[in-house]
Amino acid sequence: MVGIVGYGAYIPRNRIKVEEIAKVWGADAPSYKRGLQLREKSVPSPDQDTITMSVEATKNALKRAEIDPQDIGAVYIGSESHPYAVKPSGTVLAEAIGATPDCHCADYEFACKAGSEGMFVAMSLVKAGEMKYALGIGADTSQGAPGDALEYSASAGAAAFIFGKENVLAECLYTHSWMTDTPDFWRREHQFYPSHGGRFTGEPAYFRTIMGCAKALLEKSKMKPEDFAYAVFHQPNGKFPMTVGKRIGFKTEQMEQGWLCPTLGNTYSGASPIGLTSILDVAKPGDLIFMVSYGSGAGSDGFIFKATDKLPGVQNKAVHTRAMLDSERRKYLDYGTYSKFRGKIKLRGE
Amino acid sequence: MSAPKYWREMAQRYRFEAVKCKKCGRVLFPPRLVCPACKSREFENTRINDKGTIETYTIVRIPPSQFTDEAPYPVAIVNMGDNVRVLCQVADCEPEELKIGMPVRLEFRKIQQEGSSGILAYGYKCVPE
Repeated sequence: MVGIVGYGAYIPRNRIKVEEIAKVWGADAPSYKRGLQLREKSVPSPDQDTITMSVEATKNALKRAEIDPQDIGAVYIGSESHPYAVKPSGTVLAEAIGATPDCHCADYEFACKAGSEGMFVAMSLVKAGEMKYALGIGADTSQGAPGDALEYSASAGAAAFIFGKENVLAECLYTHSWMTDTPDFWRREHQFYPSHGGRFTGEPAYFRTIMGCAKALLEKSKMKPEDFAYAVFHQPNGKFPMTVGKRIGFKTEQMEQGWLCPTLGNTYSGASPIGLTSILDVAKPGDLIFMVSYGSGAGSDGFIFKATDKLPGVQNKAVHTRAMLDSERRKYLDYGTYSKFRGKIKLRGE
Repeated sequence: MSAPKYWREMAQRYRFEAVKCKKCGRVLFPPRLVCPACKSREFENTRINDKGTIETYTIVRIPPSQFTDEAPYPVAIVNMGDNVRVLCQVADCEPEELKIGMPVRLEFRKIQQEGSSGILAYGYKCVPE
């Protein structure tokens, strides 16, 4: 049996509301909230980035896995906001958790599905018997250009999954990947903010790709949407994942636990992985979980997990994802502080 | 901070690695070559807790250039138990929230960056528990 033996998430404390962003740009907040089904988003502090959030998410995963970090044979961080252009994020993480030096490491990029790529490869290496444990992480401190629609959703968070064969919490039953060359969202070299194709990011990109992957995964597994207790999809806004899920045949109640976007925003590579951690926080033995990520460019990774009887025993060994999301310590920023925190204000000498 | 100096301190900054005197049991963070209590030179490796309490603090309102975007920020001496105290920034905490005796835990954060092209230095800051 191969699957998740430890999982954890990290969500920063800061938030900004849609109204605060809309006020600055003269936009109509109610129509954005209705259209995006989004109320607020997380914002990293100036001292937080993909590496720091990945470390904290992994520490939570290690609390649940209770393994020796020296047994982790691979570390893969998927992100489109790696702090360095040249120098891996994974080396810092592996050093911080004590997994060095006998460890394979790579940073992945594939827009918002870089995290599920890391999970896919980590799981496959364990399945192949190449190593005892492997770590896959999705994390981002995503950016949207000031005034762009993306600015209302681009947020920050991380999710970490340790894969192994012993004491499995959620067995990975099936996987499938589906991709085409679809230029719906991109960022050229040396550009600070990404560009996107507006409405082209919807039907021919997000919906076609996720549905293609989901359909193939259901055919491969010979399962139906009603067989699953939970489903989670990539969440660029609150509307898309619910719409695509219903088109595939899932019901609202199957998707609500992993549907974090309305108050978290779009954590890019972290989006569906963080949703999965929220599901694992409450899933019961035998529950089937359907997950399909999406990365612009464009592709999807699909997974079917089955919760085991080991899961309830570790759910409370680390902080729950919903507890971080709904924390009483949330701090709401004004747009000026948000701009300073996100490096949108250029200081003298920069 | 130069890259070699930063690299040499990673075990302490990243993983809170300490040493424990084999003779008198005193925990030293960061490690030393000689135990200041009993002068022994024999140690075993250990790690300090990631949870502690604030012993005292101050607020930095006029920061060095690397910390301009974080001011005002608190800096505290945190009692980690085992007679170990660490000096670090307090993150995710408003100055008016700080109290002596406040429980905190160490969290991995970016400490500073060397201009726009130098290394990024990571390590611990404490956050309210």
